[in-house]
Amino acid sequence: MFRPSHFAAVVLFALFASVVFGITMRETPRRMVRYGLYCFVLFVGSAIVLSWLMFLIAR
Amino acid sequence: MATTQDKKTEAGSGFVYLPLIVGWLVPGAGHFLLRKWGRGALLAASILGMFSIGIAMQGKLYAGAHDILDFLGLAGDLGNGLLYVVSRAAGWGADQVTVTTGDYGTRFLVVAGLLNVIAAVDAHNLRTGRKA
Repeated sequence: MFRPSHFAAVVLFALFASVVFGITMRETPRRMVRYGLYCFVLFVGSAIVLSWLMFLIAR
Repeated sequence: MATTQDKKTEAGSGFVYLPLIVGWLVPGAGHFLLRKWGRGALLAASILGMFSIGIAMQGKLYAGAHDILDFLGLAGDLGNGLLYVVSRAAGWGADQVTVTTGDYGTRFLVVAGLLNVIAAVDAHNLRTGRKA
């Protein structure tokens, strides 16, 4: 059984979803890569920000 | 020299829903059918990777719709096409989620199905000429 950490699961999810979003939402390869990277950063970044918010609220 | 009208006529001939259906049944196959090898390979790797990790994490494959959430989960899982059928036949995935990673795995399986639907629609748009 595969048991990644929470963060590893977030990164894997963001990676796969970003690749599909990049390819399907833009037309040229350059714009696909840029949009994929943008989505990846937003996925991981928002997870980190929300995690810190929940940590601070729970204290 | 091919005009815009020629391209539209070419794109509109034949069974335009074939890439959509093939892409839904097998991740990336809709793009392969249109000779978009790189895009198809990346889409297939992403969707198969997400689905495989979901199964490896003991995610739940929805079998029936007892309430609205189950129905939504089943709709997402069905987006995986033949992967869902093969996995159900082989008894992969968990019947009940008992560990935290299993809950994540369930989401991975559902989202893999939804991403596959997006990829199949993209193949359809390429086929109809709506997208380059």
